Amino acid sequence: MKKLTENMNFTAKNGLLDRRFFLKAGLGVGGGLLSASAIGSEGKDRFPWMKQPGSGMGESGPSNFESHIKRDSVGTQPGTTGSGASRTPIEHLDGIITPSRLHFERHHSGIPEIDPDQHRLIIHGLVERPLSFSLESLARYQHTSNIQFLECSGNSGGNMMAPQPLQRKASDLHGLVSCSEWGGIPLKVLLEEAGVKPEGKWIVASGSDAAMMSRSVPIEKIMDDAIIATHQNGEPLRPSNGYPMRLFLPGWEGNACVKWLRTIKVTSGPSMTKDETSKYSDLRDDGIAELFTFPMGVKSVITSPSVGLNFAGAGIYQVKGIAWSGSGKIKTVELSADGGNTWAEALLDQHVLSKSLTRFRSAWNWDGTPATIMSRAIDEKGNVQPSRESWFVGRAKNTFYHFNAIQTWAINSAGEVSNVYL
Amino acid sequence: MFISKLMKTICTCTLIIITQIVAADDVSFGVNNPNLGKVLSAEYVDQVDFVVMPNGDGLPQGSGNAVSGKELFNVQCIACHGNEAKGGINGDLAGGHGTINGPLPKKTVGSYWPYATILFDYIRRAMPYQTPGTLTNDEIYALTAYILYLNDIVTEKEIMSSETLPRIIMPNSEGFVWAYSASE
Repeated sequence: MKKLTENMNFTAKNGLLDRRFFLKAGLGVGGGLLSASAIGSEGKDRFPWMKQPGSGMGESGPSNFESHIKRDSVGTQPGTTGSGASRTPIEHLDGIITPSRLHFERHHSGIPEIDPDQHRLIIHGLVERPLSFSLESLARYQHTSNIQFLECSGNSGGNMMAPQPLQRKASDLHGLVSCSEWGGIPLKVLLEEAGVKPEGKWIVASGSDAAMMSRSVPIEKIMDDAIIATHQNGEPLRPSNGYPMRLFLPGWEGNACVKWLRTIKVTSGPSMTKDETSKYSDLRDDGIAELFTFPMGVKSVITSPSVGLNFAGAGIYQVKGIAWSGSGKIKTVELSADGGNTWAEALLDQHVLSKSLTRFRSAWNWDGTPATIMSRAIDEKGNVQPSRESWFVGRAKNTFYHFNAIQTWAINSAGEVSNVYL
Repeated sequence: MFISKLMKTICTCTLIIITQIVAADDVSFGVNNPNLGKVLSAEYVDQVDFVVMPNGDGLPQGSGNAVSGKELFNVQCIACHGNEAKGGINGDLAGGHGTINGPLPKKTVGSYWPYATILFDYIRRAMPYQTPGTLTNDEIYALTAYILYLNDIVTEKEIMSSETLPRIIMPNSEGFVWAYSASE
């Protein structure tokens, strides 16, 4: 039998293989071994679950064997139950869609239980006609749907703040990003119906949670691609994602995508709300803070291997991860297994969409010696994911928003993965 | 009697004409827009409008100072924000002055926030955490005054109102630039 390594086409040093290795190789090494659990009739094998009819249809969730895949790293402010975050278990997912039950959460005063019949979307301020829309009436407007990511701008902040790398799972470090098919109505249509006055340059969006979360957004973004999202992955929004409606601003920081949206006030400028000044502002090393740093930068993270997903001895492994950019499509994702000296292009799955997660993969023939592996994303605008060192240039030490630096994982000779700074 | 009836008829006719004009105007917004937005009265809009602008637009009538604010703070806020708004379980609101351009910036209302109006806007929206919406406007002005007083921005007796609050110049008001510009 021919050895696998005879067909290997190395594309960068330290074992990175041709990104299409798995497609070409047609590996015959998978396939479950037959269980000797029971010998069935006629000398054939059956597992116990093949010997009686299964459970009925209707309500059924994920397999009980996958119950560990859930929103992770749930944390809330002291004295509260609903002011904090939960994270998407990115290291357990594949493809680009985040199941709605696993979409990350960030709330500021819990999840309100909103009666859709009583809820109204109100547009007021610098408009010709202040208007109110019921959910029922909004359903008659032309909808649109797009697959797009949503990322909290505080995502990955641990890698920025911690002087020594935190030995935490990929979800703990980077799980404040998710990707859904968002459906709803272009907000432009509703604003045009209300008639924006020439001096109307911004909007202030307010939620109907107990904190009445509020953010100001420039009217150019609203008129470009903002939607009033009512649907997520085909179903009405989950309460944790703003049911019955939220503002969705493709590619922009999650905090500005106000959930449980109640009012849109057209204004001449920003309101300077608490969450766009004291929070979600980016402090520079000269003591000046930048306001309205809306777009999320180009970013990628290898989700496997990652902390907790160790290698079981030398051999060929799938390296996979997610990449995204708030400026458009991902153009390429590069991988390095030798500390950034040589890079090879990863394979991108079929769906490479604007402002969406993109799934990348490659093959790695790990030789069993200590190594590092990292990914670097480049978007269609030419933005390149920065190294950790270069991200810090010009930034203050105690800020953590918009951290999009390269994530490096180290693998020791036992196959154990750790988080390292390079 | 007759005149009264006539007036009623005239009024009804006028109403119909206005309605038709609005309807005709709506058509111009686009053939695909069903135009189902219900026009709201100014009174209704005022009830749902919580937005306060840095120039004071949106601030209601009412007033308060740090003396009454302190009493209220020690009942409503101290559990989370600590005595004199320091050392509580949820974020110091005072102190940290002069640290923003140093090695370990400490962001508080006094050291970081650009406008005093944010205090009124945020307290009215979100505080007290367990019972938002229960404070009067006078109480919100008083709490605002007390937090500004704890940061040495106003005196103990200084009255905060829709007139005075927008005129406060915060210590770090010059510490911000906009990353966003409309030309992007």
